[in-house]
Amino acid sequence: METIVFYVFSAFMILSALMVVTVHNPVRAAFFLVLTFFSSAAVWLLLEAEFLAVILIIVYVGAVMVLFLFVVMMLDINLAELKKGFVRNLPFAIIVALAMFTMIFMVVGSEQFGIDKFAIPERHASDYSNVSALGQVLYTDYVYSFEIAAVILLVGIVAAISLTLRRRPNTRHQKIEEQVALKSADRLRVVKVDAQARKYSLAKKTTGSEGEK
Amino acid sequence: MFENYSDSSVYLAIVLAPLIGSIIAGIFNTYISRAVAHTVTIAGVGLSFILAVFVFKYFAFDDAQVYNETVYTWLVSDGIRFEIGFLVDNLTSMMLLVVSFVSLMVHLYTIGYMQEDPGYKRFFSYISLFTFSMYMLVMSNNFLQLFFGWEAVGLVSYLLIGFYYQKESAIFANMKAFLVNRVGDFGFILGIAAVLMVFNTLDYADVFSMANSKADLMIEIIPGSQWSMMTLMCILLFIGAMGKSAQVPLHVWLPDSMEGPTPISALIHAATMVTAGIFMVTRMSPLFELSETALSFIMVIGAITALFMGFLGVIQNDIKRVVAYSTLSQLGYMTVALGASAYSAAVFHLMTHAFFKALLFLAAGSVIIGMHHVQDIRQMGGLKKYMPITYWTSLLGTLALIGFPGFSGFFSKDSIIEAVHASHLVGSDFAYYAVLAGVFITALYSLRLFFIVFHGRERMDQHTKAHLKESPWVVTVPLVLLAIPSVIIGGMTISSVLYGDYFSNVVFVQHGHDVLGHLKEEYHGPMAMVLHGVTSAPFFLMVAGIATAWVLYMKRPEWPAKIKNSFGLIYDILDNKYGFDAFNEKVIAGGTRGIGHVLSKFGDIMIIDGFVVNGSAKSVAWFSSIIRQVQTGYLYHYAFAMILGLIGLLALAVF
Amino acid sequence: MLTLTHFLVLSAIIFSISLAGVFINRKNVIILLMCVELMLLAVNTNFIAFSYFLNDTAGQVFVFFILTVAAAEAAIGLAILVVLFRNKRTINVEELDTLKG
Repeated sequence: METIVFYVFSAFMILSALMVVTVHNPVRAAFFLVLTFFSSAAVWLLLEAEFLAVILIIVYVGAVMVLFLFVVMMLDINLAELKKGFVRNLPFAIIVALAMFTMIFMVVGSEQFGIDKFAIPERHASDYSNVSALGQVLYTDYVYSFEIAAVILLVGIVAAISLTLRRRPNTRHQKIEEQVALKSADRLRVVKVDAQARKYSLAKKTTGSEGEK
Repeated sequence: MFENYSDSSVYLAIVLAPLIGSIIAGIFNTYISRAVAHTVTIAGVGLSFILAVFVFKYFAFDDAQVYNETVYTWLVSDGIRFEIGFLVDNLTSMMLLVVSFVSLMVHLYTIGYMQEDPGYKRFFSYISLFTFSMYMLVMSNNFLQLFFGWEAVGLVSYLLIGFYYQKESAIFANMKAFLVNRVGDFGFILGIAAVLMVFNTLDYADVFSMANSKADLMIEIIPGSQWSMMTLMCILLFIGAMGKSAQVPLHVWLPDSMEGPTPISALIHAATMVTAGIFMVTRMSPLFELSETALSFIMVIGAITALFMGFLGVIQNDIKRVVAYSTLSQLGYMTVALGASAYSAAVFHLMTHAFFKALLFLAAGSVIIGMHHVQDIRQMGGLKKYMPITYWTSLLGTLALIGFPGFSGFFSKDSIIEAVHASHLVGSDFAYYAVLAGVFITALYSLRLFFIVFHGRERMDQHTKAHLKESPWVVTVPLVLLAIPSVIIGGMTISSVLYGDYFSNVVFVQHGHDVLGHLKEEYHGPMAMVLHGVTSAPFFLMVAGIATAWVLYMKRPEWPAKIKNSFGLIYDILDNKYGFDAFNEKVIAGGTRGIGHVLSKFGDIMIIDGFVVNGSAKSVAWFSSIIRQVQTGYLYHYAFAMILGLIGLLALAVF
Repeated sequence: MLTLTHFLVLSAIIFSISLAGVFINRKNVIILLMCVELMLLAVNTNFIAFSYFLNDTAGQVFVFFILTVAAAEAAIGLAILVVLFRNKRTINVEELDTLKG
């Protein structure tokens, strides 16, 4: 049963990964990537990594992929131009990928990591919680790394914002601290004016409005 | 004044007083007046003179113990101590007295001589600095400090020769003096290095105490030939003395040094600095006594200097240059005495010579003041009636110089001649005849100068003649004060200095070389020596010299020109100073320039600049122009390189 | 019967595909970023597989941190991409050769 599940999801994973690298439309590529991640999450579930499988879906599918889609839509990309040169590079890419796979396979093949070397472990009981097991070590042994990871995320936020922030030279901003610090005397000036003949009343009004500025 | 002669503060005071004066006059030059400048420097030198008198009294009359202490340790490296220390004994105390006395006289004299000079304060600063340096030199108790003093006096000499720094000939002269002294100093520092190598210490006392045990040490410089270490060391040290004390062939700087003001010619280039070499060899007598080869070398060099430099004095027309060549000749006498192991005689002559030569120089300076800075003796004559004090003091100085019986020069010079006669080293016969002939030459050029300047026709122009008068008292008082020791000091001190035991604990003479001990047997006091002197060969030669000078320059003034014409070749040789200058100029300087030119063209421009410096830069540029092609700027190329590396790493892991 | 090799080979395939993707796509930086995400996924799968077969949660903790860093990387990478596009009006990899020596 598990084997069937594994092969089904592996097939999904490989096919959608292939589609990610071959489709020309980046929006489609992003969606295939989502599919890859979904399948991968399923495979991870087979390996009893429930927490990480969920996290993968939440973080990657829910956040990162949406980010990708946003960026793709934000940028005005000429799709026709992006298709050029695809066939030309294909043989080379296949050779490199095959060479790479052969090498990795020779390393991780069944001679080194076969069933005789690594026995299949016992499944945990149904009341086993992967989340609490992970939490146990994460907040004890790896607490400093955890803190650093938090800092990295913060830096990521700051960096992403500061990189994309565009300052326009003549944008008007509200200066809150100046507004708060202002006293009534700065706004209102009481000018003592002697009683004058009526013909100057217009000028008097002007002086008053100046004080309010 | 001070009861404890072994108190280092006294010696420190002697050394530091002129230094402080010099610093005040030099560094605060613009803030002080001329009066302050000469007051502080004279006060400094005066203080050191008074202290020197007391030190001398303690050593000469009260039999003080030798003072040998370190006052400051500069650094200790690998067991070798670099220190500042004072060694004060009979030799040092005498040198201190001579240096401080002459220096004081020169300081006083300078007030008059430099009166109108804009560099007045600078001059006082220099001569006080010189006094300090000379003290450091004579009082040192180790080779390092000796070298410091040696270089410091050389530096001040350089500064003072080039005192008129806007005068091209002065700049040439001081550069020449500096370069020639570099040659000597190179030998000197090699000698010090040899001392350090053999004895592993720089302290005099340690070196001298070990000297005998190292006497037979050999060294192989050129493979296959064994040299005596002592001979090598002594000759190297003596090369330093040759530079400083202007011995042939490193003498060429001294006549040119007369470009400097006259007071320093008296102080540095006659009385004190040029005798540093003599002092040094005397101080090193325990080393020099171990090498007869070195002693012979010294004697021959000295004899050549004494005789041949005297010849040159005969044809010079510059009043100061005549005296300068006379100084060279007299330094030759001292060197001959050193070679004959008559160290006491050398130092004795050094002392008497310091007085009468300083006197002659200052007198020449007085004449120059009177003549409004004309130095050519052909424009002088008959100055006797205008400058009586200068005349009489010059006469005394001249008589002392030529060794007239009874004058101080007589005692020292006669002793040297006798000592050389008694020596049995290789070259002593040549040296004897050279110094004997030197007596005649000395008398000839001294009296020539004297007659031409003070007697005969008045050859100066009307303007000069109208202003001709005796110099002020600051000039004449030092003359008189110097004239007194010039006359009497020889007779007064010969018994103790030369034939007594004044130098017995300073100078070390091997039994076989002890010429002075030999002479002592025939010595019966100064009066007897004078009486014996008037019947000896040097006296007749001297009288002959005086007579020749009188005939040529008083009686028959037209004869010198005729002689000059008939012996044109000899005159030319003398006029070119034996071609030393031309040789140095053409061969040494020209050769150096030629080598430098070749080296700069091929070595520097071609190999270093062209090949090494620019070549490496070019090869880097060429290499990078090729390597640069790899950097395409395309992301996938970099990615490909990374993948290649990854595949390579995996291949390493797999296979 | 699922052995460790199954998972390792799966991740090797994903890794190789994403590697090929880097070479195929010479026009679009966004696809390149996606390929990088795929590579990280392959690596994460490896970690989790080992974690399961060695019965050691450290592998999962690693994956947790890799996810964190990858999220930050994706955010910054996309931000850079936006700035790049704003300045150059292109995201064509072949036109980005300012590093050329």
